[in-house]
Amino acid sequence: MVAGTPAMTFAIEALNVEKRYGALHALAGVSLAIAEGEFFGLLGPNGAGKTTLISIIAGLVRASAGQVRVMGADVVSDYRRSRRMLGVVPQELVFDPFFSVRETLRLQSGYFGLRSNDAWIDEVMHHLDLVSKADANMRTLSGGMKRRVLVAQALVHRPPVIVLDEPTAGVDVGLRQGLWQFIRRLNRDGHTIVLTTHYLEEAEELCDRIAMLKAGRIVALDSTRNLLETFSGLVLKLRLDRDALPDGLEATQISAEGGRFTLRLRDYNALEQVLHRVRETGAAIKELELEPPDLEDVFLRVMEKH
Amino acid sequence: MGGFPTLLYKELLRFWKVSFQTVAAPVLTALLYLVVFAYALGDRVRMFEQVSYAQFLVPGLVMMSVLQNAFANSSSSLIQSKVSGNLVFMMLPPISYLEFFGAYVLASMVRGLVVGTGVLLVTVWFVDLHVAAPAWVLLFALLGAAILGALGLIAGIWADRFEQIAAFQNFVILPLTFLSGVFYSIHSLPALWQAASHLNPFFYMIDGFRFGFFGVSDFPPRASLAVVAVSFALLSSACLLLLRSGYKLRQ
Repeated sequence: MVAGTPAMTFAIEALNVEKRYGALHALAGVSLAIAEGEFFGLLGPNGAGKTTLISIIAGLVRASAGQVRVMGADVVSDYRRSRRMLGVVPQELVFDPFFSVRETLRLQSGYFGLRSNDAWIDEVMHHLDLVSKADANMRTLSGGMKRRVLVAQALVHRPPVIVLDEPTAGVDVGLRQGLWQFIRRLNRDGHTIVLTTHYLEEAEELCDRIAMLKAGRIVALDSTRNLLETFSGLVLKLRLDRDALPDGLEATQISAEGGRFTLRLRDYNALEQVLHRVRETGAAIKELELEPPDLEDVFLRVMEKH
Repeated sequence: MGGFPTLLYKELLRFWKVSFQTVAAPVLTALLYLVVFAYALGDRVRMFEQVSYAQFLVPGLVMMSVLQNAFANSSSSLIQSKVSGNLVFMMLPPISYLEFFGAYVLASMVRGLVVGTGVLLVTVWFVDLHVAAPAWVLLFALLGAAILGALGLIAGIWADRFEQIAAFQNFVILPLTFLSGVFYSIHSLPALWQAASHLNPFFYMIDGFRFGFFGVSDFPPRASLAVVAVSFALLSSACLLLLRSGYKLRQ
């Protein structure tokens, strides 16, 4: 880098973002930076501020304090550039009942100043399996189809950064798989993806990095792998040749039922200790099952801790 | 080029797709007014010399239709988008508040003028009408439609529910148009009501518009034009300030 060249451009950069609605502090100073090309997850319970944060990034809501930039463009002072860089799939299944799918996508292109965008619109419709519905009125589409149109609308102007706010809420399994395949492809092609979801297994599978929000603050921000290693434990399911767990292991017990015990362990060291203790007491293991850490566990622990 | 042409096109397409309801219906309503009032009262009432009551009534009905439909267009379009949530599609792209204002107000003007032209075309079959000063007709029609388009936009920004728009229409727009001299010359009113009519901005729009047809009016047309132009400037500024602040649209 030459002296004077600007520092690295983030896909999204938020600096001390606050949002107050009267007495309610919806966002209480959120800072985060999402690199270009990342698949980023934004998790948190209802009311944590996820949608507020997304709305501020998209310029739908104005922050009470702080700054947000999309690909280096400030969302307030340079909104024309920041909005061109951003595609947003809103949470609600909204549509304009006056128009067909193709009209909807043409209008959306036009709002971004793109007049002859039909080739790309056709391609997006093809990937989202919307071609057969191109001339159908939006009103006549099923919920899943409407969701696809929302995704298509977010992509008409080929934004490098795509934000999906609960895109799979109420969507059937088949469509969800198809949708993720498509989003993954966009990510591989270099798009930055920001995702909020209630399905934690989806976030775990897809996201490189995750931020957890609670009551308007970021309470965890790390790579998905680190979060799983740091916060999550293991669940051990054990069946012994006796009805009681060896002394000293009760603290880790979640449930017990006729010689079947479910234990929560902090890490693999704890597993060693459990097995050692079982051997010491002379008990025999009939069955053993070890469940790897999952994001739901991490999520619950993080939320409990804060 | 920004999103303005497309937003304007969308607003035009929106009312044109349901033109039976947005154009044909108000034309029929105006025709019914003409039939009922002109034929029931026609021979007994005369507002201006040389002008029959039916002739007097037509410009009033045309302008009333222009104003009411311009208001209905921007207000109903915006409240529909707000209530159904699809306003987000217009808030996400880089459309400036000036473009937003321009598209909604222009589309309202087009709807108002299309309906007004429709009323005129239908009523001239029944009433012999000459236009003394076409430029005045056009000027007042354009300004009147723009004012009501901007007012409709303000109402749409402010309202959260359909009933609030309906209330605005029934308790503000309708009384102001009915009491503005659509159906009578304010000279036929008692002094107190004559004075009150001068406080109604709609009176100047109708009176100036009518001057364009007959070359006679209750109030000097240049003064009416000034009132109408100032009203437009004030309402547009208020509307632009609301849009720029993001009031109720960008929370």
